This record gives sequence, C-alpha cells and structure tokens, in this order.
Amino acid sequence: MNHTISILCDDQPGVMTRISGLFSRRGFNIESLTVGHTELPGKSRFTIVVRGDDTVLEQVRKQLQKLVHVIKVWDIKNTEAVEREHALMKVEVAPEKRSEVLQIITALQARIIDSSDTVWILEITGDTNAVNNAFNLLGDYKIIESIRTGKISLKRGLLAK
Amino acid sequence: MSEKDKNKMTITGADAVLEALTNEGAEIIFGYPGGATLPLYDNLEKYGLRHILCRHEQGGAHMADGYARATGKAGICMATSGPGATNLVTGIATAFMDSTPVIAISGQVPREQIGNDAFQEVDITGITIPITKHNYLVNDPDTLSESVHEAFFLSTTGRKGPVLIDIPKDVLAANLKGPDKSQKAPVLEGYNPTIKGHSGQIKKAVALLKKAEKPVIISGGGVVGSGAEDALTEFARNTDIPVVATLTGKNGYPNTDRLYLGMIGYHGTAAGNNAIQKADVIVAVGTRFGDRTTGPLRNFAPNAVIIHIDIDPAEISKNVPSFLPIVGDASHIITSIADQLGTKNDSKRNEWRDYLLKLKTDREKPADDSRLNIPLILERLKKIVPDPIITTDVGRHQIFTAHHFPVDRKNSFITSAGLGTMGFGLPAAIGAKAGMPDDTVISINGDGSFLMCCQELVTAVEENLPVIAMVMKDQRLGMISQLQDAFYGERYNCCDLGNCVDFTKIAEGMGALGIRVETPEEIDDAIKTAINSGRPTVIEFILHEQGNTYPMVTGASLTEYIEE
Repeated sequence: MNHTISILCDDQPGVMTRISGLFSRRGFNIESLTVGHTELPGKSRFTIVVRGDDTVLEQVRKQLQKLVHVIKVWDIKNTEAVEREHALMKVEVAPEKRSEVLQIITALQARIIDSSDTVWILEITGDTNAVNNAFNLLGDYKIIESIRTGKISLKRGLLAK
Repeated sequence: MSEKDKNKMTITGADAVLEALTNEGAEIIFGYPGGATLPLYDNLEKYGLRHILCRHEQGGAHMADGYARATGKAGICMATSGPGATNLVTGIATAFMDSTPVIAISGQVPREQIGNDAFQEVDITGITIPITKHNYLVNDPDTLSESVHEAFFLSTTGRKGPVLIDIPKDVLAANLKGPDKSQKAPVLEGYNPTIKGHSGQIKKAVALLKKAEKPVIISGGGVVGSGAEDALTEFARNTDIPVVATLTGKNGYPNTDRLYLGMIGYHGTAAGNNAIQKADVIVAVGTRFGDRTTGPLRNFAPNAVIIHIDIDPAEISKNVPSFLPIVGDASHIITSIADQLGTKNDSKRNEWRDYLLKLKTDREKPADDSRLNIPLILERLKKIVPDPIITTDVGRHQIFTAHHFPVDRKNSFITSAGLGTMGFGLPAAIGAKAGMPDDTVISINGDGSFLMCCQELVTAVEENLPVIAMVMKDQRLGMISQLQDAFYGERYNCCDLGNCVDFTKIAEGMGALGIRVETPEEIDDAIKTAINSGRPTVIEFILHEQGNTYPMVTGASLTEYIEE
C-alpha cells in the first residue's frame, strides 16, 4: 500500500542524500519523491510516496524525524489533503489522428504546449489517477518520451503544529 | 605588514575549532596527524589539550569511545583526510551501534580540490551518514565553532551517538571574518529529544505493574546512557522485581545484587531467559531489542505485555511490538514510576521471584580449578582486583566475561555489543585509562581479536597508560568454532589461528611487559606482577581446549538452549 509523507526540512547541502539514503538503508521503497522551496526562507518541503504497510510507515516517519535537518514529518491521508502531479508527454500524432487526439486532450483537460509537424508535447496536471488516465488513453498512440514529477501534496486547513 | 604579523592578529579556523573544544571541556584528543590536519596540530599546544598519538586511526576512535564510556563525557578522535578518515569508520560505527558520545574530527582536502579526486580525498561525510547521529562538512571558517558546539550538543544529549566534523585544510588555515562565536548555544529546530515521560503513560505503567504477577525488568544500554543506574536499582529493590540485562545493560544494575538474573538472549542465562519467556509484564528500559537479545522474534516473550521506556521514539515497536511505550529519559521515567508505585511486595510475586532466583543459584558454582580456563581466570581476577574497569574484545571470551565477571560500579564494563568489533578491547582500555587514570583498567582479549588492534600497545607504553591486556590464547576463533561445532557439523574451517604468535614477545617488542600463564597456579602471581609493575602488560593465558561458552540458544525461542 502506498503512503504519502510530507517533510519540512532545512534547505541544507546533503539533505537530499540523508533522506534518500535513509530509505535505501532501511529497505523502504520510494515510489516518487519531489522537493522544492517553500514560503519559509531556508526551508524545503519533500513529498515522498512510500510503499509499505502501517508498521513500515511508522518506522519511516520516526527515522526521518531523527534527522537533525528534518523539522517535521506528516503522514498525509488522501482524504485530508490535495495532491497534484504534473506530466509532460511527447506524442507522435499522424495528421489523420489529430481530431481524435484533440478530443482526448479536451476530455483530459490536458494542453498542447509545443508542436512540430507530427510531434506534440502535452502537459497534464491532476491527481495521480488523472495522470494515469492520460497515460492509459494516450497509450494507443506513440508516446516518444514522457516525464512525471511525482506527487506533491498539501494538507487541507491549518496544519497541526 | 607581513603575512606572519597578520596571522598573529587574527583567529584562524584551527583556533576556532580548538577554542570550541576547550570550551566544551575537552582535555584529550586521540589522534593521528596528516597533511590536512596540520593547521590543528600547529596550534594544539596553545590550548593545553593533551594529544594521545594512536598507532592506527581505528585505535584512536576506539580510545575515544572507551574514554567516553568510562568517564561519561564525549570522547574526541581526530584523523587526517582520506585513509585517516576511512580508518575511523569502524570506530564510529561501533560508537553508533552502542549509542556512545564520540566526536570525530577529520581533515579534508582544500575546498578548491573537493570533487577533483585529489590526493587523500574521500567523501567521509557521505560515507558516515548512516553511522553518525549527524555530520558536518564545514566550508565556512566562521561557522566552525558553531559546528563544534552543535556536535557536542547532539552527541551528548538525547540518544547519544557519534558526530563527525569534516574540515577542509584551507578552512582550518583561513582567518575568521567575524569574531569567534564559540559561546553560542545551539538552536536546532529539528532536534528536541523528549526527556520527561508522558504522565498518562506513566500512570498506565503503574497500573500494569500493580496487577503484574510475574514482572521482570530488562536493563538495556539506555540505563547506562541515561545514568539511570541508581534509579533502576532503587526501583527494583523497592518493588522486588527481578532484573535481567542486555550486554550493554549489564552495567546498568549491580551484578552482585540478589535480584540480578544475568544476561538474556542467545547467550542468556537460564534464569534470565526463563524470566523473559514466562513473564506477564516486562519493563524494558533503554533497549532496542536487538536480535542477539530477543532470539527469534516471533517467539519472544509470548506471555508478556511490554512497557518500553526509550528516549528514541524510533525504537518503539521497531523490532518487538510495545504494549505501552513511554518515550523519554530512563532516569526521569523510572523515578516517576517508582514514586507512584511505592513499595510493593506482593506475596503472589514471591513464588515467581523465588523460582527465578533458584534457577540462578542452582547454577552458581566455583570455576573448575584443575585446568586453565576463562571462568577461572575471571574468578581469580575478581578476587585480586574487585572493582576494575573491564573492557573486552568480541567473541567467546566476551560472553564469558559478561557471565563470570560481575560488575557493580557504574561505567566499569565496556564492550562492543551492537557492532561486535574485534580489536575494540585494548584501545578502549587505553582510552578508559586516559580518562580514569586512578582506576585499574583491564582488557579481556581473545587471541584473534587482540591482533586486530595490538599496535596500540605502543600507545599505552609511550603515553604511560598502564593497562593490562589478558589474552585468552586458545589458538582459534572461539566463537566461530563454537558455531561450527553447534551448527556446521564440527567442520572447523578457517578458524584455526595456529601457534606461531608469542604474545609475551609482542609485548616486549613494543616496550610492554609480557607474562605467560600455563597453569592455574600461575594466575594470581601474573595478575599481581602486572599490577605492581605499573607498566602496560600483556598476560598470555595458554588454553588447551575448546571451552565453549554456555548457555547457548539453539532452538526457536530463548528457552530452547543448551547448557553444556
């Protein structure tokens, strides 16, 4: 089962190594990992999706909390948070397929952000399911390259201290 | 103004480090110089710090560890970049596994060379992330003293552990831009160890203990780390609850106390292991339930609810599910529980206690004095030196020492339990002796382990640290041969050490005193001669037989053991 963990930490050199190293050393599996700056100067936020049961999740959270640069770790339940993922897909669209691909793009609320001859770059933003859907539906066409950011997540309402 | 005059007026990075060490109360550095640390060595004398020149950086790290465990203060080791730093790694990992406060300082190549695969460059912060509580690569001379103070703070508070500070040579040599901020108290947003236990949990623990009919206390390494020995002793005696110990927790409770049942685990005593397997309530203090302690997890303590007291929340339910966790400092929590529980001497419990005490006393017998053997040597040692600081290497002699050398005094049993580092005993003894010069410090060694750090005899001689190393020479890797004996059909592959080593000559060759003991009659004289000589001494005990250490768990639970 997948769990989403949000980590607020000091933006220090090596923090990424400490966090990702901890996962591999303790045998925890990372499904996805994103990191970026926050509204707080000198602080970063990670969103990590980890696979494992509740015991694994509890160990992950506690071990992360032991890192000196980690300020706070939240286990984020889907119902309590909004989550987004972003994907870019480079798709080959033959002229005769244009209208049907356009229909799919409209249905997915995706956008064309670049096009040259028969190659379009699409972007899609949504929760993980929405991005999975895009890959499913466009899987019938030739996806030349693609990239997903992995999930980012924020808890609804005021964060508990 | 000449360059030399300028330097006189300003504070260098090396000054900042040494000043901060002095402010932290450091007295001794166990180190080995090299190119990258020369700026520190150039200024060492100015700060009145004693430098003990180890003969291998691993030895230096173990000395710092031994010093820390004997004195309760942080131990400091120092090495140059590259191989110097990597040689510290085993020592740092040893301290990490047993949660002891060690500060490791390593030199690094100059900043402009970092990443270029320069001479003696190694990414020591990368290497030591998993085996330190925290580490630093300090790139700004103005943050050096802050890092040193943080390192001490982290290393000596909460769950203790090693912290490494890696400093590029040019940072040590550079002048500080601002004033030295040595006194600055560390502010760490992400580090707030819990000290006081949760009052609701403590109440629940008291209620559980009131109802308990077969309670037992596990003394873990955290008892020693917290300094909770007295609190635990008082608690156990007032409540009449028997106490068992892990290897690191042996020194957490007076071993000669009647309630002490000995060590639990793979080499646990009959009384200790039966206590765990049959208990209804276990108070586990400062133990991480390591696999050597629990045996097969699925059958560990099947009838017990576990009250787990630990300062590290990550230890709660990591290996063994905890029914009632209490996170915080052992000393605080035990005192709180004891205050609320008061004196409790329930007659229902007497039967349980007496059953366990009988298991213990039935097995107490004097050592066989018809031939030279480790229990006999330890028994004689205890008579001649009742209260030494004991260090051990790792192997069969270590388990024998845990069983046959009772310790009552705090910080007097020093062993590498978690990592099981062969070669630990002698350097740890030297570190302990440096910190506690008035104590008799004795290292119990195996003939395999001793050779792994025997070069440190030179350190003991040169620094006038008269430790006594007692080498149990059975010409084999004892613990390995015991395992081959029990589990590999007596196929003793590659554990024969041969007979070519003369440990008395090694001692003499390094300027120490060497004594050989071949019969039981020679034991007392040898020990007395060693002590009276005032010199570092190696006593070589010639053992002629296999001499396995028992009990030993061979089955699927702690009570499935063989006793001989």
